[in-house]
Amino acid sequence: MTKRHHITTTVNGDEYEFLCEPQQTLLDALRDEMMLSGTKEGCATGDCGACTVIVDGTMVCSCLVLAVEAGGAKIETIEGMAQGDKLHPLQQNFLELNGLQCGICTPGILIAAKALLERNPDPSETEIRYWLAGNLCRCTGYDKIIRSVQAAAKEMRGD
Amino acid sequence: MTATILEKSGFNADKKLKVVGTNPIKHDGVDKVTGRAKFGADLFLPGMLVGKILRSPHAHAKILSIDTSAAEKLPGVKAVATRADFPEIKPGSIGGDMTRNAMAREKVLYDGHPVAAVAATSEAIAKAALKLIRVEYEVLPHVIDPVEAMKPGAPILHEHVRTKGIKDADKPSNVIERLDLAMGDVEKGFADADVIVEREYDTKPMHQGYIEPQSCVATATEDGQIELWCCTQGPWVFRDRLSDILKIDAAKIRVQQSEMGGGFGGKTGFYGEPVAVQLSRKAKRPVKITLTRNEVFRATGPVSGTKSRIKMGVTKDGVITAAEAELVFQTGAFTGSMFSNAPQAMFTRYNLKNIKTISYEVVSNRPKVNSFRAPCVPQVVFGVEGVIDELARKIGMDPIDLRLKNAATEGYKTIYGDVFGPIGFVETLQAAKKCEHYNSPLPPGQGRGVAAGFWFNKGGETTGTLNIAVDGSVTLILGTTDVAGSRISISMMAAEELGIPVDKVRAIMADTHSLGFNRVTAGSRTTFSTGMVIVDSARKAITELCKRAAGIWGVPEEAVTFEDGHCRPASSNVGTFEPLSIAQIAAKTMMTHGAIAGHSEMNVTGAGPGFGLHIADVEVDKETGRVDIKRYTVVEDAGKAIHPLQVEGQFQGGAVQGIGWALNEEYFYGEDGRLQNASFLDYRMPVASDVPMIGTEIVEVPNPKHPYGLRGVGEVPVVPTMATIANAIGHAIGIRPNSLPMSPPRLLKLMDEARARNGG
Repeated sequence: MTKRHHITTTVNGDEYEFLCEPQQTLLDALRDEMMLSGTKEGCATGDCGACTVIVDGTMVCSCLVLAVEAGGAKIETIEGMAQGDKLHPLQQNFLELNGLQCGICTPGILIAAKALLERNPDPSETEIRYWLAGNLCRCTGYDKIIRSVQAAAKEMRGD
Repeated sequence: MTATILEKSGFNADKKLKVVGTNPIKHDGVDKVTGRAKFGADLFLPGMLVGKILRSPHAHAKILSIDTSAAEKLPGVKAVATRADFPEIKPGSIGGDMTRNAMAREKVLYDGHPVAAVAATSEAIAKAALKLIRVEYEVLPHVIDPVEAMKPGAPILHEHVRTKGIKDADKPSNVIERLDLAMGDVEKGFADADVIVEREYDTKPMHQGYIEPQSCVATATEDGQIELWCCTQGPWVFRDRLSDILKIDAAKIRVQQSEMGGGFGGKTGFYGEPVAVQLSRKAKRPVKITLTRNEVFRATGPVSGTKSRIKMGVTKDGVITAAEAELVFQTGAFTGSMFSNAPQAMFTRYNLKNIKTISYEVVSNRPKVNSFRAPCVPQVVFGVEGVIDELARKIGMDPIDLRLKNAATEGYKTIYGDVFGPIGFVETLQAAKKCEHYNSPLPPGQGRGVAAGFWFNKGGETTGTLNIAVDGSVTLILGTTDVAGSRISISMMAAEELGIPVDKVRAIMADTHSLGFNRVTAGSRTTFSTGMVIVDSARKAITELCKRAAGIWGVPEEAVTFEDGHCRPASSNVGTFEPLSIAQIAAKTMMTHGAIAGHSEMNVTGAGPGFGLHIADVEVDKETGRVDIKRYTVVEDAGKAIHPLQVEGQFQGGAVQGIGWALNEEYFYGEDGRLQNASFLDYRMPVASDVPMIGTEIVEVPNPKHPYGLRGVGEVPVVPTMATIANAIGHAIGIRPNSLPMSPPRLLKLMDEARARNGG
């Protein structure tokens, strides 16, 4: 088969090395090579957002990024969101307000929401809805997701 | 004789509840917000191979030959499977259809129908191997539309089908069954009516749209044992069906359910699982098959599309006198739509005496349909509630008042023979009539619509176990799948019974070796049925706790009572003993008689029917035809909300799925019979910016057959949604759409027609 590439990358502060095929996606490398299966595949075509991660500060669908592009990058995934025993305020509010049902879209939505609140600590409902429009959820009807993000934003602002 | 229901539910409306009715964080939640939860695709085993499926590019073709020799020779390929690897089972039997849907035999019947599969050491090798498989087809004419499929001369999918329900049917047909269901005398009913409305409706198949594609890992051993990890709504049903079609003892198949990344009915039947098992039996290594989204759309079950004609009559003062319907259900390539739900449920909620229905289930060259919330009911309620709205308008009555005037109450005998116990339809309608949304003024340019829905709610075969640990904390072994939060609700009922905090309880979803048969998680049965089984288990454990306390105190068993988490002397005559907590008794289990547990299996009956009424305010863009949902409220009877936030979540999620079905979701097939929009980009489900907050009002008319009065809440929220939105659009633009989806091009056309009719 095709020659495999040796990639070194940083995920949630830890250095990882892996071998990948040139056509392999970052999503597959995270799940299959680095065993970080918290990032989910819903479509592999960039339409559902379940695989959302942060690469060098930019929110991306990891199914649309090649694994070889991760070389030297700093990647943040759902596994790095809680700090020790302390859940991120988004995680905590999703739990308390029932912002998740089945939970398959939750990692992607949490990563996307975190990226939003880092840019805009006080988003309106409409801004949250449009920011999360790339993350499909089929269970909740979005209501409790939006409310969880609003509550986390409020908590993080210290209002 | 096994118990079929908790003989004494012990329901007590006045009982003060400590846990039930609160909103604790669900115990499976932390794993889901941290990425730790293991869904179908999240199992990685040593030596695991990647399985891939080759699918038909034709909608209908004979398979003349399959040559896998080149694929087998590719380095890294460990197994190849085709029809030759599946036991022959008579076509037309349940197993015969299942095996043919899993792997085509004589013919392929839809674009995406599996024809071969490989297992290889990498995905790239597996994909390369699929390209080396040569399949020779004889392409046959195909038919996509069910009404076309009913016509004489239509291409026939199954030569063995003779229409059930038609006398002396002697020719092959695509009509699987005709079902006549009626009560009373509709002719007399219509004669008594002052106003009659008759309309035709059309709804499209819709995909369940779970975000997690089906995924499984099968491991077969040299001595014939199978372990199957998969996302399934029915581990036992998967096991028994696999046993049937692969001819393996059920006891040698252990199915372990993963976390479920959305099912909504779509994971009640298997797809890649039998293929993974056969590949693993050949390779003797674990084989993982994860479907792509393209495969999910092309080959897994949407819900039935329907064509219907519905007629109802009403007197001037608002009494509905008769209802009649003719319904056609598209079931895809194989039977299994559960279309008989439709004539049973479509009018049920109204106090009707005269009903006549004829329903047809029809095969065509599309993937076999699968369940979805209230299978086959929302599609026809779309029409029924449209007719009712028009009747209300014609006699000048408020639409909720007309529904109230005709609402069924306790004692009504349904068309399917059941007599309603205490039900909450009237209370639901009254709550809707009183709610702030319905009484708020409608902003200019908007339309408001309402519609009502019903679902039976279900029980069925259910098992479960409750174990008390030596420290007094409790584990539950549940057989039903948790699709959205049933573990926490069931844990709460156990905690309530035992008088302990819910944090002392943890529940797991069992594998098929651990418990007896459980029916699929479907039909809004799980929290109701498994809740009942666990309450029964808890009560058995309490009986045992009292026995142990009696032993410790040296008093007769009947002298001990259990209250508020403690065994206590039943009266002052028994003696003076400090109450013993569960933990205190459990700590002594080593010295008494060993572990304390409760176990129960039932074929649960007594489900309480559910009713809902939805209200929508919409605005239609006159230039683009786009519908903007400005406000939406779900009012529904939950019986009792065990975990109100979860109940609201069911209401909201169901409504938004219905909004997608109403406004956008449909399949596009080309002339060649191939699906053209097999992706989330082109099959447009609602995103966060498409919908508003969804208001909820939980009505609680208890179901006394259940210890805590609950009904089911999962199905009803989708039932009236499309009708509600259509009625609101009708109010906004002056013409009620009778065809789904109500997408921009369709609405533009409809508005043009209305303008032309009104003279421009």
